[in-house]
Amino acid sequence: MLDVIIIGAGVSGCAIARELSRWKADILVVEQEEDVCCGTSKANSAIVHAGFDAKNGSLMAKLNVQGSTWMPALSRELDFPYRQIGSLVVMLRPEDRPRLNALYENGVKNGVPGLRIVEREELVSMEPNISDDAVAALYAPTGGIVCPFGLTYALAENAAANGVRFQFDTRVEALEKTASGWRLATSQGPLEARVVVNAAGVWADTLHNQVCPDPITIQPRRGDYFLLDHAAGSHVRHTVFQLPGPQGKGVLVSPTVHGNLIVGPTAIDVPDKDSTATTQMGLDEVRFKSSAAVKNLPLRQTITSFAGLRAHELGHEFIIRESAPGFVDCAGIESPGLSAAPAIGKMAAGIVASILKPEPNPDFRPTRKGILDPRQLSIPERNALIQRDPAYGTVICRCESITEGEIVDAIHRVPGARSIDGVKRRTRAGMGRCQGGFCSPRVLEILARETGLSPEAITKSGGSSRLILGRNKDTL
Amino acid sequence: MEKAQLICIGCPLGCALEAELENGSVVRVSGNTCKNGEKYARKELTNPTRIVTTTVRVTGGTIPVVSVKTAADIPKGQIFACVQALGAVEVPAPVALGQVVLPNVCGTGVDVIATKAVAKQE
Amino acid sequence: MEQYELVIIGGGPAGLAAAVAARQAGVRDILILERDRELGGILNQCIHNGFGLHTFREELTGPEYAQRFIRQVQDLEIPYKLGTMVLSLDKEKTITAMNPEDGLFQLRPKAVILAMGCRERPRGALNIPGTRPAGIYTAGTAQRLVNMEGYLPGRECVILGSGDIGLIMARRMTLEGAHVPVVAELMPYSGGLKRNIVQCLDDFGIPLKLSHTVVDIRGRERLEGVTLARVENGRPVPGTEEYYPCDTLLLSCGLIPENELTREAGAVINPVTNGPAVNDALETSIPGVFAAGNVLHVHDLVDYVSQEAAAAGRSAAQYIQQGEPALEAALPVRCYGGVRYTVPSAIRHQSLRSEDVTIRFRVDNVYQNKTIVLRAGSEIVLRRKKAVLAPGEMETVTWKAGALPEGITEIRLGLEEA
Repeated sequence: MLDVIIIGAGVSGCAIARELSRWKADILVVEQEEDVCCGTSKANSAIVHAGFDAKNGSLMAKLNVQGSTWMPALSRELDFPYRQIGSLVVMLRPEDRPRLNALYENGVKNGVPGLRIVEREELVSMEPNISDDAVAALYAPTGGIVCPFGLTYALAENAAANGVRFQFDTRVEALEKTASGWRLATSQGPLEARVVVNAAGVWADTLHNQVCPDPITIQPRRGDYFLLDHAAGSHVRHTVFQLPGPQGKGVLVSPTVHGNLIVGPTAIDVPDKDSTATTQMGLDEVRFKSSAAVKNLPLRQTITSFAGLRAHELGHEFIIRESAPGFVDCAGIESPGLSAAPAIGKMAAGIVASILKPEPNPDFRPTRKGILDPRQLSIPERNALIQRDPAYGTVICRCESITEGEIVDAIHRVPGARSIDGVKRRTRAGMGRCQGGFCSPRVLEILARETGLSPEAITKSGGSSRLILGRNKDTL
Repeated sequence: MEKAQLICIGCPLGCALEAELENGSVVRVSGNTCKNGEKYARKELTNPTRIVTTTVRVTGGTIPVVSVKTAADIPKGQIFACVQALGAVEVPAPVALGQVVLPNVCGTGVDVIATKAVAKQE
Repeated sequence: MEQYELVIIGGGPAGLAAAVAARQAGVRDILILERDRELGGILNQCIHNGFGLHTFREELTGPEYAQRFIRQVQDLEIPYKLGTMVLSLDKEKTITAMNPEDGLFQLRPKAVILAMGCRERPRGALNIPGTRPAGIYTAGTAQRLVNMEGYLPGRECVILGSGDIGLIMARRMTLEGAHVPVVAELMPYSGGLKRNIVQCLDDFGIPLKLSHTVVDIRGRERLEGVTLARVENGRPVPGTEEYYPCDTLLLSCGLIPENELTREAGAVINPVTNGPAVNDALETSIPGVFAAGNVLHVHDLVDYVSQEAAAAGRSAAQYIQQGEPALEAALPVRCYGGVRYTVPSAIRHQSLRSEDVTIRFRVDNVYQNKTIVLRAGSEIVLRRKKAVLAPGEMETVTWKAGALPEGITEIRLGLEEA
């Protein structure tokens, strides 16, 4: 009998796990995929919203502003990439002024610091590539960008270092109340815990509705994106949103912490909780809308397009509460869920702690070091590193200059990378302009060597996603 | 009189050839830039042949497979038999460039030779 | 900082030929930096034959062709470093490179030859919608897996793109036991050599569907199938969709010169080739930095890479031996009438007076019965009839040195009616 099972190893589940590891408790995170950060957390805008957007008085607004406020300190504590670059909500038609003012006032009420409206002249000096139609913009200096993988892995690794265990490839099929807690039927056999946390993203409603009388609905809402090459990474300096209007919500254009440019998303409700396929229509929509607020967008520099699902709860509110005895929901975590993650973790962990009343964990260590980035070192430091471990002298991913040393580190982390995508999300190997064309055979070889598995057993992202299906002439 | 249209594979030019046949033998070839084109057309219409390039497994080498080729062209109909025969071949390292890995493949009188040297794994 | 006269970035066919030519032209201190584990570059995975007809008058496989040059490099005792990645290059020609033995090190040679080759256009750059499962490879990645590591990436393999690597891989996959049901090509013509369509597709009964592309990809974990559709005016035609169950999709949709170092150094890039703009000495806009091979523009024949790289090697030798020459005015070469680009894009006056100038170019469509015309000012200096010109095949013209018409300001190369 465990103390806590957290269902879902996305950013919410990992944030809760990390906060709970401040207490003495036996905690297990179960995840249906093969790794941390495989659902909504891996495919989103990678934005830390300042918090002016969410409706004043909502839980969403409160946790967004808190999360955004805590993010800078957390990024230092847990060593993940985050940059406060500020955001702009651009107004394209003079008649939309009241809407822009309303957004400003909502933000002020939410407690977002430093908000102000900038007029065209200043806007152009801040963003030379802003649309010729731009009239004014709401500027939020605390808006930021984050590596969503980096944040999630940092939380997971710190949780693991403080005693939380992770179990992957484990799908929760049914929950049943017992005298002392919950029994879970999973694809890997039964599990029992005193408290269950439902952080299952788009699947949170299926779990909730099994045990709670008041059903909720999580509507998977797909967002299609383009990711552009580093060469386009400085096309804008801030996260540039379009002011939502009668024509709908526009798409954002933003630098990423790794120097790329991200453009998107769409918002297309889909029936299937697995349907992260992009569509021609969706990609065309992003292409069409992207030019509204930013001009000369070099979409030809696209290195990949992808889609993610937001876990949209019909009431558009975070549901974080003990919905049944010992069953804590963390549902409806859609945008600004990534921004709010630190606050979501604290709040949900607080609820769990109030049930279990555990002792503080005296060994809790709040800090974690990320995978060493040799590019940040001086030449002598880097040479000392290569002398210590020659693997840091071999570049595997040419596009992002990722060395073998970083990849080996990623594999041996806890929880560590087991697949090509796991390595990619942790190190960026394969994330560059050639999209793994050169490095994926080398990463495959390193994964096989370090895990002791045969190359045929190595997958792109778990399950049946094997990369190699046989040997030359084996069927001849 | 029959006519056959061919693309010469002798070199990257890829000349469009036209061959005239009488009773199954080639009597005239046109469209070729060089005499190899004519030779190719005659052969292709009577006894087409190809060089086969593929890989064979290496044991104890610095790399797991070595590239090989038929030392001369073999009948087109024998291509699959040739790669099938090579499926059973395993060469121990070291392998020298030009080393015969399978003599007289499928009775064609043509050897299969390594097109790369492979050192022994230390 | 170690001193070399010439550093060559890349030990593939271009780098090797450049090194040999530079040494033969008298350059003593040469260093080749190669990021892979052996010299030879992409030739090591091109195990098919058809290389070297021009250079050696015989048909060699890729590894054999590479070996001829590797042996020359070794015979000439030209040093090289393997497993060495160049991390940066600046306009002062400072090279920062790294390998496990030497660590991070810097070089500042008198001259640099860029020979980094090219990379393949990945799926993401093609904007093919659908899922993102395992089983989608660029043709070159699959070629490496099959030809160098002995692994089959899949068993039922659709190929998109009829560039030469795509065609060659159709045959390779078939000969290793996979089935290739179709090769689809977006354009109404193949991007590959005709001989490869014959011996890689026709020989094995593999259909080539021109004006077709992949419009959907299915499969969550491993690829399960792709939908092809006919394309008109760049858009898929509704109702022409055809579903192919398959576990593998190989992409052979174009090559992009790898010029990140070149850009970083500040050299002017030709937006058509994505390679540096060069004059007839194959010198970039940075004096003393030369370029050759696929980093300059994508070639279809390695023989031409070797020729071009040898020319770059000789130019670099001249630069090193004569010191930095006074910047010389060059005449721009402009394209018209179906010529997409030329390399070089400028010709120095001195060359026109004293040496033959080779211009390589590509056309933008398939043309029949045209005349290639080279004009200097109002004067026609070269005419050559061509029965067929295709985008997949690079053309070369050589302008014999001679008297230069007075007062010309540009040279124009184009296609005209025969």
